Formats: sequence, C-alpha cells, structure tokens
Amino acid sequence: MFTIDRRLIKNFDWVTLLLIVTLTLIGILTIYSATRPVAGVSAHADFYVKQMVWLMLSLAALFIVTIFDYSWLQRIAWPLYGAGIILLIAVLFMGRSTMGAQRWLHFGFISFQPSEFFRIVFIIAFSSYLAGLGKDKEGNIPLKGIVIFGILPLVLLIKQPDLGTAIMLMSLFAIIAVTKGINRRIATAIIIVGLVALPFLGEIFWEGLKDYQKNRIVAFMDPQVDPSGIGYHITQSKITIGSGEFTGKGYLQGTQGPLRFLPEKHTDFIFAVFAEEWGFLGCIVLLSIYFTLFMRGLDTAVKAKDHIGRLVAIGITGMFFVYFVVNIGMTLGMMPVVGIPMPFFSYGGTSLLSNFIAAGILINIRMRRYELFY
Amino acid sequence: MITKGRIKLAYFLIIAVFAVICARLVQLQLFEGDRFRKLSEINRLKILSSPAPRGIIYDRNGVALVKNVPLYSVYIMLDQERKPNVPELASLLGVDSGEIESKLNRKENSPFVPVKLKQGVSFQEVARIEARRSDFPELFIQTEVGREYPFGKVGAHVIGYLGKMNQNQANMPEYSNLPPETMIGQWGIEALYDHHLRGIAGGRVIEVDALGREQRFVQDKPAVRGKDLTLSIDIGMQKAVEDAFGPKAGALVAFKPDTGEVLALESMPSFDPNKFIHGIKSEDWKDLMSDKRKPMLNRALQGQFPPGSTFKVVMVVAALEEGVVTPDTIINCSGGITSGKHTFGCWRKGGHGGVNLHRAIRESCDVYFYEVGKRLGVNNIHKYATALGLGRETGLGLQKERSGLIPNTEWKRTKRGGDWYLGETYNASIGQGYVAVTPIQLALMTATVANGGRVMQPTFIKDPAEIHVRSTVDLDPDTLRRVMAGMSAVVNEAGGTARVAASSIVKIGGKTGTAQVVSKHKQGGGERFMDHAWFVAVAPDDKPEVALAVFVEHGGHGGSAAAPIAKKAIEAYFINKKKATGGHQAAEQPVKAAVGHPEAIQGMEQEEDQD
Repeated sequence: MFTIDRRLIKNFDWVTLLLIVTLTLIGILTIYSATRPVAGVSAHADFYVKQMVWLMLSLAALFIVTIFDYSWLQRIAWPLYGAGIILLIAVLFMGRSTMGAQRWLHFGFISFQPSEFFRIVFIIAFSSYLAGLGKDKEGNIPLKGIVIFGILPLVLLIKQPDLGTAIMLMSLFAIIAVTKGINRRIATAIIIVGLVALPFLGEIFWEGLKDYQKNRIVAFMDPQVDPSGIGYHITQSKITIGSGEFTGKGYLQGTQGPLRFLPEKHTDFIFAVFAEEWGFLGCIVLLSIYFTLFMRGLDTAVKAKDHIGRLVAIGITGMFFVYFVVNIGMTLGMMPVVGIPMPFFSYGGTSLLSNFIAAGILINIRMRRYELFY
Repeated sequence: MITKGRIKLAYFLIIAVFAVICARLVQLQLFEGDRFRKLSEINRLKILSSPAPRGIIYDRNGVALVKNVPLYSVYIMLDQERKPNVPELASLLGVDSGEIESKLNRKENSPFVPVKLKQGVSFQEVARIEARRSDFPELFIQTEVGREYPFGKVGAHVIGYLGKMNQNQANMPEYSNLPPETMIGQWGIEALYDHHLRGIAGGRVIEVDALGREQRFVQDKPAVRGKDLTLSIDIGMQKAVEDAFGPKAGALVAFKPDTGEVLALESMPSFDPNKFIHGIKSEDWKDLMSDKRKPMLNRALQGQFPPGSTFKVVMVVAALEEGVVTPDTIINCSGGITSGKHTFGCWRKGGHGGVNLHRAIRESCDVYFYEVGKRLGVNNIHKYATALGLGRETGLGLQKERSGLIPNTEWKRTKRGGDWYLGETYNASIGQGYVAVTPIQLALMTATVANGGRVMQPTFIKDPAEIHVRSTVDLDPDTLRRVMAGMSAVVNEAGGTARVAASSIVKIGGKTGTAQVVSKHKQGGGERFMDHAWFVAVAPDDKPEVALAVFVEHGGHGGSAAAPIAKKAIEAYFINKKKATGGHQAAEQPVKAAVGHPEAIQGMEQEEDQD
C-alpha cells in the first residue's frame, strides 16, 4: 500500500527530532530531581516514569505524522477545525473544573485538554485558509476569516477561562497573518481599532478574569503587595534561579523544588529547578538547544515547497517560541504568571504529545521540501 | 506573496529575545547569585533556638530564690498556599480569633519567620495541641526560659524579674546577639547580672520544607547553662522585714559592715514578680503603675528624706573628732534655744536639764546637738557626713539612686544664692532642713561607723573578690567606742528612745529619727501628714555584724514605728545564721582587711560659720 520513498528517509529531519528528544530527556531528569522526596518519608512521585511513557507514545505519534504528505492536511483542515470548535464548546458544558477553570474533557478513563490540540488544528486550518485565498485578496483578510479564526476561538477560550491558550492563539493569529502579509491599511486599521477599544476591552477583560488571574497581574506589577500569594511564586522562582550561580548546585543538589518552596516545580517552574542545579552554564546549554530548534523551524519555513507548508511551519515554530518566551519570562520574573508549560521540558502528557505531533508536522514539511514525483 | 524578508525579521526577533533572556540570567545568577544563594539557604534551614537554662540565684545561706520553669509558646509557620482556619485555631488555643487574625496579618511577617500566637501555654495545653498536630501541621511549640519566684513579693525589688526583650533593648549592644523576644532580666539582680545568669542559647539547625515541616536534622549546638549567683542577702531576714512592715510603706537596708555586703534590702510595698513572667497583663500593669503607694518605686534607693535625729550619729563623730565637746562636756537643755526671731525647741518640751554626750545620744536631746552644731559649723558637719557616706550615691548599681543632700555654705551660695544662717545649722544638726538622705545612704553611714571608718562599696554578691573599700575616714577608736555606747544606751538603758528594740537574742544598738513632713502646726491631717520614722541600728553593739537603716513612710515616731522592724530583722538574721552554721560559732569568717583603693578623706577648706 504505502511505499515510502527512500529519499524521504534520507531527507528525514533527524536534527529536529534529536533536539526535541534531548529537551524531553533533560526535562525528565529535571522532573526526577524536582519531585524527589527529601526526608525519605514519602515515595518518589512517579511523574518522571509517566513522562517517559508519554515520550514513547509521542515518538510513535510523531513518526505516524511524518508518513503522510502534509498537503493532505489541507483537505481535512475544515472538518478538523469544526471538530476542534465543537470540543471547545463541549468543554464548557461537560468539562471538569480544576482551580476555577474548565479545561478537561473526560471520556471514560481518558481525560485531556482539547485546547492542547486545538492550537495545532488552528495553525493548520488558518494557514490553509490563508493559503487558499485568491490573488485578489492579497494582503487582505476577509471579515469571515477574522470572525472564524480570530473572534470565535478567543471567546470560547476566555469563557473557560484559559487565558494562556487565548493569548497563544492571538499570537499565532498575528504571526501567521503577518507572515502571509497584510496590507498597511488593514494593519493600521487593526492597530487604531485596537488602541481605541483597549480601555473598554481592558475593562471587560478585567471583569471577566477570575480572582486568581487578577492576583497574578497585580502581583507581577508589585510582588511586595502580596508576598504570601502569587508574588511569592515569582520571588521564589528568582531565588531558585539566582542561587544556581555560575556552575549550579549540582544535579540532585537543588533544594528549592524538593523542599516545596517552589510551586509547580515540575510543570510551569521547571526551568527554575534546572537553573538551580546546573547554574548559568547549564542554562546557556539549554537555551542553545531551544535556539537551534527555533532556527531550524524558521529554516524549514524558508525552504518549504508551498505556501501552506511555509505558513504551518512558521505557525508551529512561532507556537514553540511563544510558549518558550512566556514560560521563561514568567520564571525569570519578567512577565506575569501565566500557567503555560515549557515546551518539551515541563511535565504534562497531553502537552508533550501535542508538541511532538506539531514537531512531526514540521519534520514532515522539511522532508518533503523538494517537489517529489511518484 | 510570502516574503522571505519577513522570516529574516523573525531571525532577528528570536536573537533579540535570547539576548534579553541571557542578560536576565547574568543578572540573577552572576550579579545577584550570591544574595539568592544565601536566601535559598535561609529558605532551607530553620534554626530552632534551644534556650539556655538560666543560672539560679541563691541567698547567702544557699536558699534558691528563683526556679527555672519551661515557658511554652505556640508558633505558626505561615503557609504560602493555604491560609489556616482561624476560628478552629482560636478555639484550640483559647485565644480570640480577632487577635490571631491581627497577628497573622501583621505587615512585618515574613514567610520564613514563625509567628508567635500565644505565649506561656500550660503543659496540658501543649498536650492538647500536640494531639491535634495532624490538623495543624504548621503549628509548633517552642520552649523558652521562664522563671518562678517562690518568695513572691519578698525581696522582689532585689531579685527582680524576667521579661521579653523590647525593641529598644534589641538595639542595645549588650543584647545584640540575642534573638527577638528573648526573655531577659528586666529588673533587680535579674537585670543587673543578666549577662552572668543568661548562658548561651543553643540551636538545632533543621532542614525544613516551605511549611516548616522538619525534613532532615543538620546540626545541634547544645545550650550553655547560665552561671549561678550567690547573693549576700538573707531571704529569711527579708521575709521578717516584709512581715514586720505589714501594710506600711518604707524601706530597710542592712549591711554587713565589714564587707559592704547587703544582707537585706526591702522596699515596701512590693510587687509580685511572678506576674511578669507570662508577659504582664495590661490591667495588672495599669494597677501597678496607678497604685498611689507606688510599689514599683524602690524607696531604699530612690526615697530621699531628712534623716531626723539619726543624723546625730554623724554629729557625735564630728563633735568628738573636732574636739568641740568632750564626753564629759555638760550642755544645759532648757527645752529650746533662740536664734533671732526663731525658737528651736527640744522634742522634750520641759528640757533635759544638763546633759552629757552619752545622755544626749540616749535621749536624743536636740538642744545639745544645736550647741554642738553651732560649735562645729555647717562645713564641718558636711565634711563628716559626706566622709561617712551621706550625700552621694552608694553605687549599688541596682537602679538609679538619688544622691541626697548634705548642705554647706558653698552649696547655699551657689545653689540658693545666699548666706548661711545659724538657724539653718541648728536644723541641719538634728537632720532637718536641707539635709536629705536615702535609706541606703543612712545604712551605709551606720556601717561605716560600725566598721571603724571604712566606707564600703555596697554589693549584693557573696564573694570576697567583690569587697571593695570606696574611701576611709580616719577616726579615733575612742570616738567609735563612745558612739557605739551611746547607740547601745538608746536601746538598752532606761530613758533610751528605742527601748522596744531591746532583744534577748542579740544586743542591739541604734538611734531613732523622726523626719517632719510638714511644719508642726499643720500636723494632725491624717496619715498623709504624719512624720516619717527612721531607725539606724547595729548588732551586736560591741562588734557589729549587721548595720541597718529602717525608714517608715508616715510612720510617726522612730522609736515606736521603725525600731521594732529593725529588731525583728536583726533577730531573723541571727536566728538564720545560727541555723545555717548548725549552731557553731565562727563558722562564717569575717572578711577582714578589705581590698580596694582607700582614699583618705580630703582635707576640706574650713570656713567659718556666719553665725
């Protein structure tokens, strides 16, 4: 049935695969350290084992994704997007709420966050939509596109509320649209309308926020206001990172995570745990891996054989980059606390799986960058 | 349609973002890394101080005056993620929820310093809290130094009490290395010898998690017990004094004349130091402060009054040393003498007739001493009074002392701006007018006369190394013999003014004094206007082991109000001494030849009285 061209195997993007597997393995080591028991009273939490299992599943998913030519995506983009929107609506009605937000869907023993996969679906669908626009729409996004890809998902996500994914989608919308090219008139119009609406939006936005979200923003503006609340997270994160100094305290020698001073140590704040144990040198190595990954992603976009490939590649690379920046910015105390994981590095099965699928698409685009004829 | 230029822009954007992240890492890890490393250490380690047991204070006979008792306090480690259930906490501790709420929400609270919720919980309460530990993992009990004062009010002014270190004290250099809220001596010996008694607190260093839960034991530094202290005071004597005073206000100071050791120092009314241990309740403190009888005032050191006729002891010494009278000089007392418009009466309206020195002391004839004073002149009186220890602080150090006042012409001219009048000499001669002393000064003067002219440095410590002579006055042994004989007669001979003080246990000598509060014609207005009663005493009268002064505020006559207290105090001392030494005499070696830097009395400028 399937004949896989040997040239495809030859062109397989082993570099990207190596980078993300390396990141995930370093992540697992760090999760192991962050969750180790200190007094020997409790057993070692099995997060690192779970993450290894998820890595296996994710690798499998990645290889499956690379088998099919990505141009096939264009054909299923609309149904995929429709399903994604339906799932987001379903979460609002059937979702289980944790921490005041409904994000999870439960099907028997499987539970997952639809928004984790929706971001990929969004990239594919929006890219596909823009790529399919005729020449006459050059530099222009019809109102229909803005409503379907801009406003609709945003409303659904804020309703959950899932601030992190909402910000993410807005960023992706902008990144993909700018890459596609929008004319100066539309860009200016959007900026002017945005500026005028900002105070009102801000008002509506603020009122729509849950208390914990308001606290995060207040705490970021002035960490001293609420030392026992969210500002505490920022302060502790800075202490954790700073105490690593140049060479770090050494692997399994960090104290902030295991002693529970650092919250969310194996998920959102895992970079801090890594920085404590490996110091400035370790951070530079880790940052280099991410940097190479993003550069590789851009290169894939440049070399992509068609518009949709280019837009999707940019969208996925942009998604990784925005996640990375928002997470590390929060950990370093430079941005508000938004519960966004570090891609490939933080603990979290759904997130890891969806990131591997996204990386698989990226690899797919790169390995099919030459026009192939069967 | 998709320009590769836009993607080039993305390269620069990514590079810029990485540059910012690296700069931030340089700032946090390299520039501020040292500070954050220290913060993470504090985060990790909790130092639980284990208080040092305080040294025990003993009296001269080895009776323990204080008891160490553990003082349990409940602390809470503030939880970052979970606020404690305040109403449940309140019912567990038996404290008002509002109080807990305010303690938890204090601005200065830090996530790593536990907050003290309740001080001084009983052992039963500790057990109850421990039993519910799983419900309140963030609570823990800290043991602190507590004291119990088994003798309560007796000797409270001397022993003092412990209390929490306050903010001002925390800034003082001598307390700089103590943790906040440490219990330190706040009054009396507890405060004066705090450093000696305190010891060095130990510490257990424990690795804790963010909730303060102990994870691992790091190190242990055992506490060093404070040193014990043996005082010179006799608690039995103090007790006798306390009983003898009853409801009256006043003070008693008793010295061992040879050494300057304080045998007893009482100021009445007293206070109960046990009330201060758990942090005095505000209403108790208000009561103490608003009490008109001023229990917190140490009258022995801070009460300053005219000495009345007890001053005649000084007059006798001065008169014999200066040779203005001989023991056989007879002065006729007709009940008073006049100077200008004023009449200076003798306390005995009809007069004593012709009196010699011995009778003048025994019967406290005022006219005799008016004449002696006239012959001496006020500057000679001043010279001997100050040489014997009056008119200046004794340097006991327990508390701020008042200096008293012994006037001379120089003082009158500079301070009051005027000439000295003979009438003022007459007043000074019987310890009235400008003359003012504190009870401890008067006791020291008595001790100086009793030991032959050495003004000792008063001390509370029973230790030969603590014995110092402040100054000496060269006195003729015959002078001293005459003074002692006269004082003995006051108590033991017919006609003496303090016959009530005669004891079957030991032969006491003394001198009464009555200090006018207001001039005679205003008297009779109730206790507020009654005279102050004085009595100075020595015992035994031939070779004194005790020299004391009693002051009874508004007590009336010295013979009737003050002398009986002195008698009971002296008797208690000798009974205790006999008990402590098992009835064997001379078990207690009198400490002789005191060391120090004796300074001879300064030759004073003699100035003629302007009579």
